[in-house]
Amino acid sequence: MIPFDYQRAQTPAAAAAAVAAHPRAAFLGGGTNLVDRMKLGVATPELLVDITHLDLDRIEELPDGTVRIGANVRNSDLAAHPLIRHRYPALSQALLSGASGQLRNTATTGGNLLQRTRCVYFQDTTTPCNKREPGSGCSALEGYTRYHALLGASEHCVATHPSDMAVAMSALDAVVTVQSPHGRRRIPLAELHRLPGDHPEHDTVLDHGDLITAVELPPSAMAARSRYRKVRDRASYAFALVSAAVALDLDGDHISDLRIALGGLAHKPWRALRAEEELRGGPATQEHFRAAAQAELAAARPLKGNAFKTDLARTTLASTLSDLAAPGPRHEEQR
Amino acid sequence: MHADITLAVDGEEHALRVDTRTTLLDALREHLGATAPKKGCDHGQCGACTVLLDGRRALACLILAVAGDSCQVTTAAGLADGDTLHPLQQAFIDHDGFQCGYCTPGQLCSAAGMLQEAAQGWPSAATTDLTAPPVLDDTEIRERMSGNLCRCGAYPGIVAAISTAAPHTGVPEGSR
Amino acid sequence: MSAPVHPRSAPTAPGRAIGADLPRVDARAKVTGTATYAFEYPVPHPAYLHPVQATIARGRLTRIDTTAAEALDGVRAVLWHGNAPRLRATDNAELAVLQSDQVFYRGQVVAAVIADTPEAARQAARLVRLDYDQQPHDVDLSPHRGDLYAPKDDHDQGDLEAAMAGAEHALDATYTTPMLHATPIEPHTTTAVWDDSGLTLYESTQGAHFARQELAPLLDLDPQRIQIIAPYVGGGFGSKGPLHAPTVLTVLAARAMFGRPVKLALTRRHMFDQVGYRSPTIQRIRLAANAQGRLSGIGMDATVQTARLAEFIEEATGPTESMYAAPHRHIALRAAELDAAVPGWIRGPGQCPGMFGPEVAMDELAQACGLDPIDLRLRNDPDHDPATGKPFSSRNLAACLREGARRFGWHDRDPAPGTRLVQGWYVGTGVAASRYPVVPPAGPSEATVRHLHDGHYEVHIGAADIGTGAWTVLTQIAADALGAGVQDVQVRIGDTALPEASVAGGSTGTMSWGSTIVAAARAFRDRHGTAPAPGAEASAPLPDNPATEQFAMAAFGAQFAEVHIHADTGEIRVPRLLGAFAAGRIINPRTARSQLIGGMTMGLSMALHEQSIMDPRFGHVVNCDLAEYHIATNADVADIQAHWIDEEDPHVNPLGAKGIGEIGIVGTAAAVANAAHHATGVRVRDLPLTLDHFLG
Repeated sequence: MIPFDYQRAQTPAAAAAAVAAHPRAAFLGGGTNLVDRMKLGVATPELLVDITHLDLDRIEELPDGTVRIGANVRNSDLAAHPLIRHRYPALSQALLSGASGQLRNTATTGGNLLQRTRCVYFQDTTTPCNKREPGSGCSALEGYTRYHALLGASEHCVATHPSDMAVAMSALDAVVTVQSPHGRRRIPLAELHRLPGDHPEHDTVLDHGDLITAVELPPSAMAARSRYRKVRDRASYAFALVSAAVALDLDGDHISDLRIALGGLAHKPWRALRAEEELRGGPATQEHFRAAAQAELAAARPLKGNAFKTDLARTTLASTLSDLAAPGPRHEEQR
Repeated sequence: MHADITLAVDGEEHALRVDTRTTLLDALREHLGATAPKKGCDHGQCGACTVLLDGRRALACLILAVAGDSCQVTTAAGLADGDTLHPLQQAFIDHDGFQCGYCTPGQLCSAAGMLQEAAQGWPSAATTDLTAPPVLDDTEIRERMSGNLCRCGAYPGIVAAISTAAPHTGVPEGSR
Repeated sequence: MSAPVHPRSAPTAPGRAIGADLPRVDARAKVTGTATYAFEYPVPHPAYLHPVQATIARGRLTRIDTTAAEALDGVRAVLWHGNAPRLRATDNAELAVLQSDQVFYRGQVVAAVIADTPEAARQAARLVRLDYDQQPHDVDLSPHRGDLYAPKDDHDQGDLEAAMAGAEHALDATYTTPMLHATPIEPHTTTAVWDDSGLTLYESTQGAHFARQELAPLLDLDPQRIQIIAPYVGGGFGSKGPLHAPTVLTVLAARAMFGRPVKLALTRRHMFDQVGYRSPTIQRIRLAANAQGRLSGIGMDATVQTARLAEFIEEATGPTESMYAAPHRHIALRAAELDAAVPGWIRGPGQCPGMFGPEVAMDELAQACGLDPIDLRLRNDPDHDPATGKPFSSRNLAACLREGARRFGWHDRDPAPGTRLVQGWYVGTGVAASRYPVVPPAGPSEATVRHLHDGHYEVHIGAADIGTGAWTVLTQIAADALGAGVQDVQVRIGDTALPEASVAGGSTGTMSWGSTIVAAARAFRDRHGTAPAPGAEASAPLPDNPATEQFAMAAFGAQFAEVHIHADTGEIRVPRLLGAFAAGRIINPRTARSQLIGGMTMGLSMALHEQSIMDPRFGHVVNCDLAEYHIATNADVADIQAHWIDEEDPHVNPLGAKGIGEIGIVGTAAAVANAAHHATGVRVRDLPLTLDHFLG
């Protein structure tokens, strides 16, 4: 770590202005990801603007039924909140499947969205990485890629976004509110994170000094029938190999509407629009679920070490859809 | 760059001057000589540094001391009431919930915090019905304690200890 | 001497301590966090050390620029090969830290910063600029390399090729185990003080005397001028057995800072390139058997890696030499010298990886023969040691298999693989044998018994408790040897100021230190009788045991696993693991159970998760932290049980005890892999058993 100044911001606007004014400044939320990266030498801020004392720690229901989550709401408080547990269970499940109890007590909603990739080369300053040092090359392309992207990657970066929470929020049509030095704006969560393209150093569309102040979940009947399924290498306390957030609105045996987002597969929470399109208005059958999962993964471009994730994503998505549509035993026949 | 902060550790107030880079864990260990919070990985990946921060379990290694200014910190040393061990501490002894002892203070703080979380009705990834209060069975305890690695493999003893001590830690009956 | 004093134990009656289910004597210190580990000793005004590591895997340093680092506020010195104190020549090049410009592996320590604060030391270490003359490196392990060598003699008898050709059932398959790291939760740590009185180290070590013995000649220092203090050690699992470079580095820094304490705790990432690892193994196994499953041929060709810097051989063929007999055997070990970090001890060295291939192969053979895998093992259980021809002092593999099967509920097992689907999960069960030899202790031991007053005793021995329970079981052994209760005995360990003791390794601790204490107690009674004066004292060394020449000695066990594998995703869970062991006399059932379960848990972790990923382009392990190198979490471990059979072995030592620290990890992964096959019909021969093996 290099030495840095530390300030506590008094208002969101002041925080945004303070960071915007210093090219090497960063917001400090819970710090569970930023401090980690600072120790590794991956992040080298010269000024930390602590935003945890701002009045952004409430979960409130707006008159139109929207649930607004302050950016400083800790992951554990969000997961445990009755509104979330009842109306947006996939979000509770996603949060609870991430990290550990201790980390969830510290990590914030805004910080969770802005955590950076766990690519081992990004975290290792002795190896090239375009995300950490633009133009230096991508070590992962020919390297260790178990946790890397199948969808939407580029020749410059194959990293994945590690958040579980963001995947669920993407499926729940969340909107992010942002305080910038010039005012406020709203960004659909699905548009917050970028694909790597030629500039993998930019994870999101935010500019330097943009502060996430809240995430809003629109009212949604189908969200109450939602689920987050995470597949990982350890039973707990591990990042996703593949995850699926699904919300389903069933009319008898037909799917009147649905939302799907996938995790562990791309540089951003992957909204599975193709699969949604295949399924919307159609029958809720296993054949359809499998076909839709197949269609979504048709664009997968696996690397040497993660080809299995194409199959895994297909089966995970299809089985999550099945379980949500008709909970109960599904495997009568043998393989 | 330095900052003056205060920390209340196990009930005792301390004023100290720290480098802004100093983590809460290093402030406790290197500045205040606290031996209960341990450094296992320093990156939030093992749980050995778990303390109760303003009553909630947290990892001291990822919190900057300067950001923790004015906090109340409880370490495993502060769980005991003088010479009387906390019920969790006694249960860890009775069930041999440790071997080398290095992850143990973190396990204990984590368990204490976890029992409070459960008492408040917080669900976990092991909770099948999110709308009902969780029942703290062994599966729940294992999931909730998974942020504390034990390389010696004392997990069965840890789970048995927590399960046994839970009724004696002030956690309401309905949440177990 | 600074060895801690623990509260007195709850009383036991004289002669009743061994076998008693006693809590640990160090328990209170550990649950209150007051037990002090190596970094936690309150030394005045310490300086902090941070290593600088090579970023090439082979070559030579041409320039080190320390200007920017030295200019940083709080930096006291930057050590490198041009200015570091000289060490005496050593045949263990791993320890010759900062002595030359040569780079032998990526991650090798090539410089180090000493500063007033850990923050400054760490920042300055990044500012040291290194220039190299880089050479191509080679870290690819393969059984097809042309430069493999034989680190030990091959074991050949009969004609294996002919046996394979003529066998009714012949199996020829290759199994692999990956590179593994010990990853104790306490990182390797040294606090060093070098002043006029000599050198004092607070050290995370499995053997204070062992470390001193290696260190003294390196420093050209009288061993009596070195004190190493290690009453509490936060896990070792082998990695803290031998001395490693970071300890030597800290000592060099302490010499440079003469009079001022210097502290080094390795970062978690350092733990993947500074303190040894288990070599990957490639195991070609051949088994030849007749229709009844009797083995006529056994073959094992194992390939392991060692380092160009220093040799360490993972003796993966060891178990096969002694496990099953056959008239035709070929057992050969080959090693490749790579531009990689030096491998080292990890729990069950040789034995643990070396049982994976053979015990999965036995499962495959059982299936081919249409035999129950327990039955196959019983049919091939030898009555003499196949390696030496000696009789066993005791061999109770069969009893373990039977007792384990009974407890596990094996008898009505349907042998067909891939046929049980319960709520979306394939269910299977598997078994494998365990074995750990009784090996000679690494180093001599001596104990001193002192009568304090009125039947209260102190027993001194420089042993180590790395979580094994040595504090406690040695107290029990001493109490019985003195005819006292445990409440009347204070054992002191973990300090070179105490009589010399062997390293805590090879599962020898309780046997060797315990036998030494028994000898010292006898010497005490011989000299002082039953009514000794206050201050009366006697010492004795570990007595020779002539029986070790006459008998083959080993502990045995059988491990049973139930495995569930998700039909859609391949996720694997182990809801049940049960081990039955025959390890002689159990001193303390509580700590013994923990040791065995701990070993099994590490075996489970190895089966399901553990794998250090070497990136051959760079030459280092890239998943070098605990988020990426997975060890089992609490949620990965469900019902795990360890049982033992009553085994009386009059030959092994006066206690009748065999080691229990390592056998728990031997065979576990094979049992899990065999259960995974039974669940799904998928035979996995390469660890770990990650979900991708079971997809589609």
